[in-house]
Amino acid sequence: MRKVLLATFLGSAAALAAGSASANDELIKMSQNPKDWVMPTGDYANSRYSKLNQINAQNVGKLQVAWTFSTGVLRGHEGGPLIIGNVMYVHTPFPNKVYALDLSNENKIIWKYEPKQDPNVIPVMCCDTVNRGLAYGDGKIFLHQADTTLVALDSKTGQVAWTAKNGDPTKGETGTSAPMVIKDKVLVGISGGEFGVQAHMTAYDIKTGKQVWRGYSEGPDDQILVDDKTTALGKPVGKDSSLKTWQGDQWKIGGGATWGWISYDPALNLIYYGSGNPSTWNPKQRPGDNKWSMTIWARNPDTGVAKWVYQMTPHDEWDYDGVNEMILSDQQINGQARKLLTHFDRNGLGYTLDRETGELLVAEKYDPKVNWTSGVDMDKNSPTYGRPKVLDAASTEKGGEDHNTKGICPAALGTKDEQPAAYSPDTQLFYVPTNHVCMDYEPFKVSYTAGQPYVGATLSMYPPQGETNMGNFIAWDGKTGKIVWSNKEQFSVWSGALATGGGVVFYGTLEGYLKAVDAKTGKELYKFKTPSGIIGNVTTYENGGKQYVAVLSGVGGWAGIGLAAGLTDPTAGLGAVGGYAALSNYTALGGTLTVFSLPN
Amino acid sequence: MIIVASGGIALADGSGDPAAVKQNENGEWLDKEGNPTYKITEGSVDWYTYSGYRRYHSDCHVCHGPDGMGSTYAPALKDSLKTMSYADFLGVVASGRKNVSTAQENVMPAFGDNPNVACYMDDLYVYLRARSNEAWGRARPGKHEDKTEAYTKAEDSCMGRK
Repeated sequence: MRKVLLATFLGSAAALAAGSASANDELIKMSQNPKDWVMPTGDYANSRYSKLNQINAQNVGKLQVAWTFSTGVLRGHEGGPLIIGNVMYVHTPFPNKVYALDLSNENKIIWKYEPKQDPNVIPVMCCDTVNRGLAYGDGKIFLHQADTTLVALDSKTGQVAWTAKNGDPTKGETGTSAPMVIKDKVLVGISGGEFGVQAHMTAYDIKTGKQVWRGYSEGPDDQILVDDKTTALGKPVGKDSSLKTWQGDQWKIGGGATWGWISYDPALNLIYYGSGNPSTWNPKQRPGDNKWSMTIWARNPDTGVAKWVYQMTPHDEWDYDGVNEMILSDQQINGQARKLLTHFDRNGLGYTLDRETGELLVAEKYDPKVNWTSGVDMDKNSPTYGRPKVLDAASTEKGGEDHNTKGICPAALGTKDEQPAAYSPDTQLFYVPTNHVCMDYEPFKVSYTAGQPYVGATLSMYPPQGETNMGNFIAWDGKTGKIVWSNKEQFSVWSGALATGGGVVFYGTLEGYLKAVDAKTGKELYKFKTPSGIIGNVTTYENGGKQYVAVLSGVGGWAGIGLAAGLTDPTAGLGAVGGYAALSNYTALGGTLTVFSLPN
Repeated sequence: MIIVASGGIALADGSGDPAAVKQNENGEWLDKEGNPTYKITEGSVDWYTYSGYRRYHSDCHVCHGPDGMGSTYAPALKDSLKTMSYADFLGVVASGRKNVSTAQENVMPAFGDNPNVACYMDDLYVYLRARSNEAWGRARPGKHEDKTEAYTKAEDSCMGRK
């Protein structure tokens, strides 16, 4: 009975009336309806592509603002809304409000949820109090609060159905990531890489909130959930694959945070996500490869057991967090149909792997300025197969403690951070928002205190020498590992992209522009300056026969820290080309949803 | 520069005149009131300013922005020190501070238990005082006085190292 009511309520989801349909069947069906946007990533493949084509390359220039909504919260607004039938669900950074808006009735607020959280969680959130969005499944909206409470809300009323505690903020564990509903489970990661957290991916039962499995990023085999069939680059990882790569019990404070996005292949029954940097940022203090930080994980969603792993940056020396999204596509390589996984890592390499086996197919720089490595060893017979060759000049391990290694590209915020790329099956191209920033990095000794920052390096960041732009928006061919076109942006592009069937790609900029570009050429077709800088992801949906494009603005996040004051002082004359104006000259705080459409 | 001279005291410094008058055995410079201060001559900085720069850009800049310039959610400390005294600075760093209202939620954690910060309070203060008085700009200090033996001893004991 409940299901029937829900179906009526959701309108467009009427097809799920079949009482026995699992949450997964329902979601798969719903995600195929381009009118809705039912997952934080758009679809399980994380393609952030919509078939909608009412707005296209010919008419997008006429786009205008249809309506706006203030979230009532300052601070950085990451992620984007969900749209299910006539209801839009909007989330905010701390205090993590959720609004359900009625798209059929003047976007009125149907319900609002605001948790009471201890404000002491705020300062243990590295880099602003962001939240990357909501998930839907089984008639519930799921929110991962800053204090790590995973809450299930009745999608119709906003009433709390259940809560689960995913971590302990007093140890520096916090919630920033968007949950993902997979089959009858809700999956959620955890933040705290700068606080020495032993990070994990955890699955909760969608009906009760009971924990089903938890796979850590580092530790003993029964904690990281690997078995004798788990492989890395085609070979079994063997016993104690993680423990062997840490000194003593350093893995207990080893980091490897999991706050990025999750993708899922229903046919292979595998989920994919990345683990982040090992703690501390001082590489000298944690000898070894520090497995499985900086790793692409392929796990079984029922048991959590890993099928394969691939560590991109063994023994990280630069904070190149491996959390960015894994985009699943089916393309031909050398005339062969392949099930692919493409990942744009913080370390500046764009990886393409076979997502069934974990075979490495492509690893190429997606910013030509990347200079810490000469590339990945692709020779299957080499003892260093799959490892990046680290150049001495950029090695902070070689430089050692209290030595300032200069001119490393990319900076710690990576060639790309969490802001997700999009993939269009029409052009077979990936659209990637990137940072174009380099750094000096000086590691030094730190001591661990639970719940306190555990960083251990001094950084300064600046644009690459001789360049005036701190960001690029690029189109990437994942089959060959080549940049197809690249648009310069004054600031890092910190907004998730959207590709559409109309041949238009959308993204936001830190100054606050929503931009539309031609998917084939990158030519700018439209821009509009929203009230604040955009670090949210662009979303599209259809309602009442009309296509809409929505984006959250509200500057903040790491971008708000590093760039608010400007990376370099134009008056200091430090060899910078000059003219790197501060972001604060362009925009100020404030969370707003702006929704666009074509004129009637 | 908003330094108003009045009876020789620079009012834009929460601890008074920042001029260094003497140096203790740790290599730390003090002003005439006995507050820690910087000593910068021809581009060369004292050890505390240099050390403070490094510690600031490890533990503080993730909220307070590069070079004490502030971020979208934490104040610019180079401005805070214009009104905040040395004693108040120590108090806030050790105990934290909460400023939660309907309009904002600014919370600073207590760093008293974190040796990476607590052992370097004076270093941080001296660096930020130099930034606040515009005695040092938005750059990494290059030439600096050497770390003294006494400083190394005190640091090791504070950090629990042998």
